[in-house]
Amino acid sequence: MTLLITVFAACIATAVWYKTSGTNEMKPGVLALMYWGASIMWFVDAVVEYAELKSEYFTPAPADMLNDSFLGFSVVALGLIIWLVIVMIKDPRGVIRKKN
Amino acid sequence: MACFVVPGTEAIVATAVLIAVRQHEKKLAAPKLGNGTAVEKENKTPFSKKLGWLCSLLWGGVALLAFEHIWHGEVVPFPPFLTAAADPVSKAEMLHEMGTSGVAMALLVTLIWLGMVIISTVLENKTEAKAAEENV
Repeated sequence: MTLLITVFAACIATAVWYKTSGTNEMKPGVLALMYWGASIMWFVDAVVEYAELKSEYFTPAPADMLNDSFLGFSVVALGLIIWLVIVMIKDPRGVIRKKN
Repeated sequence: MACFVVPGTEAIVATAVLIAVRQHEKKLAAPKLGNGTAVEKENKTPFSKKLGWLCSLLWGGVALLAFEHIWHGEVVPFPPFLTAAADPVSKAEMLHEMGTSGVAMALLVTLIWLGMVIISTVLENKTEAKAAEENV
C-alpha cells in the first residue's frame, strides 16, 4: 500500500513537472525524483517480500493495510515538506529575500 | 532493517562526485568568460544536472525509507541507532538484508538513472542533428 501511494504521488508530481516544464521555478522535478527514488526502493522490498510470501502478499490483513496506508500518506506528506524546504531555501521568486 | 544504508552510502558518494563535477564545469566555463567572448549557450544538459537526478533519486528514496524504518521502530535516535544491531542474530540478518535488498535498491536506481541519461543524450543528439540539418 505504501508503494502504491508513493507511485501515485510520483505520477502526479511527474505530470505537474511536465506541465510546468520550461519554467521549473517550483522545482517539481525534484519532488518527482524523490518519490520515484522511494518507489523504486520499495519496489525492490515488494519483490523480496513477494518471493517469500507468494500470493499471500496480495491479501494483507486489514490492520496491516490500514497501517501501510497511514504510512504511505505520511511519506507523501514528508516528501512535500522536504520539497517545500528546498523551494524556500532556493527561493526562486525572491519572495523571502525581498522581505528581509 | 537497514537496507536504506546502502543507497545512502551511494548518495554520499554521488553528491561528492556532483560537487567535483560542478567545480570542473565552472573551471571549463571560466576561461571563455575571461577572454571576453560570450559563452556559447549549449543545448545539451550539463553532466552535473544529470548527476543531480541521481542524487535526487537516491536522497529522496533514502529519506523516505529512513522515515519508514523509524515508523516501524527499526531506527532509533540513540546508539546503536539500528535496533537490529543490538544482538548478533539480528545483526547477521540485517547485514544479509543490506547485502541483498540494499544492493539491489542501489543497483536498480543507478540502472534507471543510466537509462534516463542515455535517453536524454540520444534525444539531445537528435535535436542537434535536426537543427544542423535545418541550418544547411
